Amino acid sequence: MLASQIGYYSLILGLLLSVLLCSVSIKDLNSSSRQINQNVLFLSFLQLVFVIVSFSSLILSFINSDFSNETVFNNSHTTKPLFYKISGTWGNHEGSLLLWLLVLTLFIFIFLIKSRTQPKKYRILTLLFQQIIIIGFFSFILMTSNPFNYLFPIPLEGLGLNPILQDPALAIHPPILYLGYVGTSIIFSASLAAVTQDYISKEWGQHIKKWVLVSWIFLSIGIMLGSIWAYYELGWGGFWFWDPVENISLMPWLTLTALLHCIIVLERRVMLTSWVVILSITTFTLSMCGTFLVRSGILNSVHTFANDPARGIFILIFLFILIVLSLGIFFLFHKENNKNSNNYFWLSKETSILINNWFMMYFLSVVLIGTVYPIFLDVISSEKISVGPPFYQKLMAPFLIIFLIFMSLGPRLKWIKSKIENKNSIIITFIISVMLAFFIIRYLTTDLLFHTVLVSAAFFLFFTTLKELLTSKFNNISQTVAHFGFSLLILSILFNSILSSEIITNIKVGEKYSYSKGEIFFKRIEEKKESNFNSIIAYFEIKNKNRKIIELKPEIRIYNQPVIITSEADIKTTLLQDKFLVMSLVKGNEYFNIRYQVKPFMIWIWISVLLLSLGGLMSLFKRSYEK
Amino acid sequence: MYGKKVKLRFIFLVLILVSVILTVFLVLQTLKENVVYFQSPSEIKSLIELDKKKIRIGGMVKEKSVFINSNEINFIITDYKNDINVTYSGAVPNLFAEGKGIVAEGFLKDKNYFSATKILAKHDENYMPPEVKEAIGDK
Repeated sequence: MLASQIGYYSLILGLLLSVLLCSVSIKDLNSSSRQINQNVLFLSFLQLVFVIVSFSSLILSFINSDFSNETVFNNSHTTKPLFYKISGTWGNHEGSLLLWLLVLTLFIFIFLIKSRTQPKKYRILTLLFQQIIIIGFFSFILMTSNPFNYLFPIPLEGLGLNPILQDPALAIHPPILYLGYVGTSIIFSASLAAVTQDYISKEWGQHIKKWVLVSWIFLSIGIMLGSIWAYYELGWGGFWFWDPVENISLMPWLTLTALLHCIIVLERRVMLTSWVVILSITTFTLSMCGTFLVRSGILNSVHTFANDPARGIFILIFLFILIVLSLGIFFLFHKENNKNSNNYFWLSKETSILINNWFMMYFLSVVLIGTVYPIFLDVISSEKISVGPPFYQKLMAPFLIIFLIFMSLGPRLKWIKSKIENKNSIIITFIISVMLAFFIIRYLTTDLLFHTVLVSAAFFLFFTTLKELLTSKFNNISQTVAHFGFSLLILSILFNSILSSEIITNIKVGEKYSYSKGEIFFKRIEEKKESNFNSIIAYFEIKNKNRKIIELKPEIRIYNQPVIITSEADIKTTLLQDKFLVMSLVKGNEYFNIRYQVKPFMIWIWISVLLLSLGGLMSLFKRSYEK
Repeated sequence: MYGKKVKLRFIFLVLILVSVILTVFLVLQTLKENVVYFQSPSEIKSLIELDKKKIRIGGMVKEKSVFINSNEINFIITDYKNDINVTYSGAVPNLFAEGKGIVAEGFLKDKNYFSATKILAKHDENYMPPEVKEAIGDK
């Protein structure tokens, strides 16, 4: 109770501080001193403290199961383990918005500290733009989604957290993803500030690149965590379903990746300045759209917490204001810097990065259309449709081939004017890749030509980056590691999708099911009681051709509050393949529905995303930019 | 007449324009082929021509209609006005049960029989897909 009040009033104080902060910094904008007024820094710090207090008091209410708080009542339960009581804080709409706000204020404070060498006006303007976003979020929380609403009489027990959200990967998935999303807000504010100050330059490029990298790393890892969770918890045995909610996190990732490459051109050659600004605006808009679509209840999924139209309209208006404001600033202030923009040859690093950007934009449009079209059609004709995975695969795969080949060649090019060196070794690598792909694919699938071409391209990138990794004298190791990770990712995904096999059947206890490659034996079931769920554990023995037996124990959990049945898959992971078994219960029947899958190279998908992020991390900590 | 730069720019613009048009065409074409429409049992009954394409059907699983053997599951989807028989041999989500909302994806054999290829998982006991809600008329 007390905690809720402290939390609520801290929020209001935080909002008031925003207003104060704006007026102080506007005054400071015209003062003659070269450094920012200490008061501005102090106020920004104070605001951060208030938001932290507010967030901590919400966590405290969750830990104490204080059901006089409506958010706690709706999303917690006394029998829930402590870890999930805490993670429940951001496992709901109100709490997750408060987390957004926390990261917003945290990042602007870090920005102010870390940008001391930058021009003062630029720093203050960034702060002002960021405060507009912060004020928007404060009002959004206070007006439509107050996490500290008071309940009377105080309920004895809460409604509980959706059990499928009670999972370690999902406990840290939202915070990590938010760090990525909100990092783009700094890029957005900073690029607008830089435009008004005509400060889009080499120095700005070097400085903002750090923020781009940080957001990109968090976003990559955040998406991966969500994907790992979907893999083992939802029980579908895949890791990417082209579900709207997944697509929404992929879209800012694509623009951010494009931006990451563009920034390199900017910091080296001061080119593509307008494009960098447009990408910054787009990336943040997509992150906000993500929040809007996920929170508004337009998309149906586990992420949709509430169907309150007022929230949707608020975010929509807020988003609209931000877009108009940013585009207005862009067109009013931006001057194209034409000093050396035409001064490059068609075969150069600049061109290759531009090509990367075109591909990113193409992938983005595909994902965007596939995600938005069903919503659009529903609104204009109330026809209900869905767009399936084949849509994305058909449109992406052919372009991926060309993309991979460009990606193998591009990084070898030099700035301004280049020629292709070591033609022979490239050709040899290419031939090896094609032959290897052909011999592997020949034994595996029917769609020989298409898969061979696709796998060849992936192998080509793999060998090129591997060679670079082994021979380079650490002069661009971060880029090589990231690209190597990407090639590994594509290869694992390809072989995973080509080689995966699955068996689905209905089976009773004690029965055996034989199939071409082995036998599944349902030995017995066992029941167990935990504090907040009862579980049925099934023991299966799977015999393969060589008579090797593995035992898998999938589980069905029946949670008490809310009453929800979940399936816990049992997965045996090895370096080469995952064996995945999940079962589900059909009410009132003795048959269990089981799904057994063999998924090759699953672990390599996660490893390669980590490698990709590691590349980003290495670039972040690289001291100075080497020639 | 025109400078080399202008010519280059012109060619560049034309190239971009052509590729954008091609892309849009390609995307729309693929979209048309891969869109899955949603229908209720009543809508299917009123169809004049059977659709060969994949569709989704939503409604409630009729009480006492679920039959299971080792290969497949049979049940009836109803919107309380019309019924449709469904055969399915695949993984069922946990919340699949009699009297609950469901969305099945697959192909129509005729107006009474539907062969499902996928049953969509729902995450929440109380949750009902908006499509289903609409299909059974806000019961």
